[in-house]
Amino acid sequence: MSNPSALSNPKTKTWLQYLPSVTVLGPVIALVLASFYFATQTDRFLTPQNFSLILQQVMVVAVIAIGQTLVILTAGIDLSCGMIMALGGVVMTKFAEQFGFPPVLAILCGIGVTTAFGFLNGMLITRIKLPPFIVTLGTLNIAFALTQIYSAAQTVNISNPASPLLVFGGSLSIGGTVFNFGVITAIFLYIIVWFILSETAPGRHLYAVGNNPEAARLTGIPTQRVLLLVYTLAGTIYGVAAWLLVSRTGVGDPNAGQTDNLDSITAVVLGGTSLFGGRGVIFGTLLGALIVGVFRNGLTLTGVGSVYQVLITGILVILAVTADQLSKKK
Amino acid sequence: MTQHLSTQSASSLEFMPEKGKPVLQARGLVKRYGQVTALDGTDFELRSGEILAVIGDNGAGKSSLIKALSGATIPDSGEIMLDGAPVRFRSPIDARRKGIETVYQDLAVAPAMTIAENLFMGREILRPGILGLLKIIDKKAMLTEATRHMADLKIGIRSMTQAVETLSGGQRQGVAVARSAAFARHVVIMDEPTAALGVKEGNMVLDLIRRVRDSGLPVIIISHNMPHVFEIADRVHIQRLGKRATVINPKRLSMSDAVAVMTGAMKSEDLSADMLAP
Repeated sequence: MSNPSALSNPKTKTWLQYLPSVTVLGPVIALVLASFYFATQTDRFLTPQNFSLILQQVMVVAVIAIGQTLVILTAGIDLSCGMIMALGGVVMTKFAEQFGFPPVLAILCGIGVTTAFGFLNGMLITRIKLPPFIVTLGTLNIAFALTQIYSAAQTVNISNPASPLLVFGGSLSIGGTVFNFGVITAIFLYIIVWFILSETAPGRHLYAVGNNPEAARLTGIPTQRVLLLVYTLAGTIYGVAAWLLVSRTGVGDPNAGQTDNLDSITAVVLGGTSLFGGRGVIFGTLLGALIVGVFRNGLTLTGVGSVYQVLITGILVILAVTADQLSKKK
Repeated sequence: MTQHLSTQSASSLEFMPEKGKPVLQARGLVKRYGQVTALDGTDFELRSGEILAVIGDNGAGKSSLIKALSGATIPDSGEIMLDGAPVRFRSPIDARRKGIETVYQDLAVAPAMTIAENLFMGREILRPGILGLLKIIDKKAMLTEATRHMADLKIGIRSMTQAVETLSGGQRQGVAVARSAAFARHVVIMDEPTAALGVKEGNMVLDLIRRVRDSGLPVIIISHNMPHVFEIADRVHIQRLGKRATVINPKRLSMSDAVAVMTGAMKSEDLSADMLAP
């Protein structure tokens, strides 16, 4: 070899190359600092009750954000998630309450509808090669209209308080902290998806497709099938989110989920997942959802108006995306 | 789809084919794009144990030829033979399945993923038994295999868990070449393997290409870098006006004469027999 060191010397790092770790550590630091600040401002913040309340407030968006993370890892975006969830919630409650379906079957029908919508997104993106932004903007409106038409804009009440539709509303108490079944389910979903992404071949293919689709294709990964699967699976996850929401609110609400698309994207971006695809960790999204939840909760407790909460969320997103962009440019 | 590097490399080390047997051949390849004839009945022959360089002026049909051999385009007519048997490649993946690996100029690596993951991209090693049926990957095995394979090719990168984007250009090329060499059963094709590399890194990649050949895999390289071509190639295929003008012996013909043949300033008939490749 003419010069062995040419291969073995790792390039000296510039400070910009440390930015990926900043995108991972940044959210943790933000969460700790914010919690510390709110704890000094009000003694109602750092209580087990308040903590379980925050978890319940963020769990639906956190579950939607799992689907959103999968989509964004492929360098896509899903604007339709919240509306698909609302449709799923209305379908499962109406089927159970007004058509007399057994609740479990009604729930499966609701999840079936959201899965079908995810599949539709995936087909339009992979077969007709439309940009994900436009496709999901279209299905957002379609799902919204269908939800309104189908429910006649009426909230669907659930008569039986023991219905499986409400199963996630239950909780168990450990040492004064109430662990809501919905929250436990959400965390469980995160663990499952983390395992798939990190330990299975299809999970690694998803990262490859997001990171360099041409390279993935040339190494024989069926990139279009991966994309179709991702959007379909995201639809299924929105169906589970619908069930969680019905459990939490006790109704099928046709007006639910209207800001959940942006909220979930916020959680994903704050969690350090790159909008350019192929980079990110699913637990970052959980952290991102928690950051939004902690800020909203803390600002509410300290009496700051909701407009300022929106303002701060906006600033956080811009900071997170800036870090992402800078780390890409290095 | 999943292959173990161990079986691959072991077989290529044990099996040193007799030199000079045709491995990949083409006869009368024609490819037209509308009015433009990119390939006008070109022939091609790669033999076992050699590095064959393909050179040619812009528009000579060099890249169309390579695309046809790697499955990226389907020729209008003519035939391609692998180990003497006619083959048809419908896609690069098709050619890859038949044992022809291509290192693309843009490297086709996933920068954010680790070296080990890039080596096994799309061909992950799965865990044995039921875990494998669940498509659960064997990270430890991939790491071990990657480390061993990179060491075999003397690519001195210590950690297989570092992201490819942290590597220098030459090291990335090393990863791309190592991946192809690991999985190719018949042929490795390299498109401009030393382009955009510095002098040191370029030489390092040339050494790597020699090691791939010496491990038993014939190599086709396409390059504009004449000094590199003349340093590394055993034979040089000169493509001109959509045809193979001639195949020369780089040890007998000067670089400037080869360029003269390439541009048409010198006729291939004017070359003496010893200048031509045996």
